Amino acid sequence: MFDFEEKLIPLDDWISSFIDWLVEGYRWFFQGIKWPVEVTLSWLENGLLAIPPLLIIAVMAFIAWRTSGIRLSIFTVAALVFIGLLGFWEDTMITLAMVFSSVVFCTIVGIPLGIYSGKNDKFESFMRPILDGMQTTPAFVYLVPIVMLFSIGNVAGVLATIVFALPPIVRLTALGIRQVHPELVEAALAFGATSNQVLFKVQIPLALPTIMAGLNQTIMMALSMVVIAALIGAGGLGAPVVLGLNTLDIGLATIGGLSIVLIAIVLDRITQSLGSKSN
Amino acid sequence: MPEISVKNLYKIFGDSPERALKLLEKGQSKEDIYETTGMTVGVQDASFEVEKGEIFVVMGLSGSGKSTLVRTLNRLIEPTAGEVIIDGQDILKMGKTELVKFRRSKTSMVFQSFALMPHLSVLQNVAFGLELDGIEKAVRTERAIDALKQVGLDGWENALPSELSGGMQQRVGLARGLAVDPDILLMDEAFSALDPLIRTEMQDELLKLQDRQERTIVFISHDLDEALRIGDRIAIMEGGRVVQVGSPEEILQNPADDYVRAFFRGVDPTGVISAGDIVRHNQPTVIWHTPQGSPRATLELLNNRDREYAYVLDSEHRFFGVVSTDSLRTLLESPPHDAKKKIEDAFIKEALVVKETEVLQDILPQVASHKWPIPVIDENSVFKGVVSKNRFLKTLYRSDNNSNM
Ligand SMILES: Nc1ncnc2c1ncn2[C@@H]1O[C@H](COP(=O)(O)OP(=O)(O)O)[C@@H](O)[C@H]1O
Ligand SMILES: [Mg+2]
Repeated sequence: MFDFEEKLIPLDDWISSFIDWLVEGYRWFFQGIKWPVEVTLSWLENGLLAIPPLLIIAVMAFIAWRTSGIRLSIFTVAALVFIGLLGFWEDTMITLAMVFSSVVFCTIVGIPLGIYSGKNDKFESFMRPILDGMQTTPAFVYLVPIVMLFSIGNVAGVLATIVFALPPIVRLTALGIRQVHPELVEAALAFGATSNQVLFKVQIPLALPTIMAGLNQTIMMALSMVVIAALIGAGGLGAPVVLGLNTLDIGLATIGGLSIVLIAIVLDRITQSLGSKSN
Repeated sequence: MPEISVKNLYKIFGDSPERALKLLEKGQSKEDIYETTGMTVGVQDASFEVEKGEIFVVMGLSGSGKSTLVRTLNRLIEPTAGEVIIDGQDILKMGKTELVKFRRSKTSMVFQSFALMPHLSVLQNVAFGLELDGIEKAVRTERAIDALKQVGLDGWENALPSELSGGMQQRVGLARGLAVDPDILLMDEAFSALDPLIRTEMQDELLKLQDRQERTIVFISHDLDEALRIGDRIAIMEGGRVVQVGSPEEILQNPADDYVRAFFRGVDPTGVISAGDIVRHNQPTVIWHTPQGSPRATLELLNNRDREYAYVLDSEHRFFGVVSTDSLRTLLESPPHDAKKKIEDAFIKEALVVKETEVLQDILPQVASHKWPIPVIDENSVFKGVVSKNRFLKTLYRSDNNSNM
């Protein structure tokens, strides 16, 4: 037995049949997950593509100016115009739609999870290995089951992105809640706060800068999934990079990558300044 | 009926407090229980009552259970056993909503660390309790501004707590406590984090506020001077137990045990004991404008009793003056011999009164510089008795002995 000449544990087969069984038996469940993502994504995508590019540039420049300042505003205009001139405007809008929809779901799911782990030690120790797993498992590993469960395309790309980008917002929300001084919670209780009032009048406002840092990281991680999502058929700025790799078109891959970096810088700076404003 | 009544209260920190409670019943000490079970006895069999309108100071060394005790009064800490009756209500039997209502209407709290919300302005902080209670904005702003005025912080409404000094921050903390107009104010070492000078100032401020509107205040302190300065009554805690409750004078004159005595070692008793505490009614008094109160009758009385001084009162026992055998004789011998003489003409001019609330320190110059026992009156000028040199020295000697044992 221990000459290891043949495979005795067919784990791969087991997993395959498990996934098959999941796909067969729980189609309704996965459709239930897929549906809201699909709706949000197509809504955002159609919206962004319907708005004239100049208006989008103006709005982004305004947001950059209000949150950070005139320098970021100028940089934003330059970056978006440059991307447009590279011929990637539509891809950029698709990428933004995918990133925003992942971030919306990460926020909807992640902040409550984070609040609960911030308040409950047991739940936090239950969540920690799961979050570690989500963050460290190479994305390629869960691409296959995701494709099997949700088929290829933008929606599958967004779902893979959600898995990868969820942990920071959960962790940092929990951290933010934990960092609130216990005396402040005690003071609120002493003045007759209910647990909801403690949460909304003390804990969340005080955790807000940390939660914003989590949001920033979640956005950055969502952007870093753009290329990987393209491997399972998602569109956007990842597509030219993957195409460039496959056809050894170094020029195409580079300008695709460059556009991703420019978008990343803009989104990073804006959300960072948002975070320090709420401080 | 006392405002707060605590009966056989226990708080044990740990995973099976019931078990620790049984061990305590069997006579095990707090230390034994900690060693064998790892559980901490925070409060052990505490019983006391707090009267309406008094400042009740709970004093003890760090770790003696003061903070735990005061937090059981509004159930920030859930007691393990016992009773806490506030205004006739057993607060340990309250449900969640009742408790929230009780905390909003009955009590408020001031913390050692101030515990102001850093994201809220001074005004919002002061209005915090009212906001929780759903009081509408215009009303709570008005009440918060009023509370800020009471603590002398008007004009700072829009500042952030971080822009204020420690003393000012605690004024905000106090204003936040006052804004909800509580019957009971719980103050956990509220002034301990402040510089000595500011601390005294805040103590005075608190006493001034208390003059204007009497609240029941439970004030935690580890500082004896503070306790003596502001406390109407003091409870002394040691290792989770309340070992003595009494007025400052009672505790100073009759410390319950060595622990309490150790606390008072080095305290200057003349700053604590008041004239009213040692006053004696053992001197002859006469009522003026009566036959018995005439100069001649008074002189006779003194001669018969072999006394030197008499204290002259009116019919309502208000004090008017001191006469001596000498002053009476001088008056009677002065011309014209036949005229009717008034006793007030025999008053010793230097004889001043002291109030019963004045402490020994303040009356010492009077007692020391005059031969006659110093008359003591209450706030209505009613004569309460006298303090003699002898009595004064005896008091000093006794408390000196106490604190050196
Ligand atoms: N949450 C807690 N868990 C365990 N032990 C506690 C807790 N709070 C207080 N204690 C212990 O209870 C005792 C009394 O503490 P405390 O009431 O804070 O004393 P004080 O306020 O007089 O300094 C101390 O031994 C302290 O370590
Ligand atoms: Mg304490």
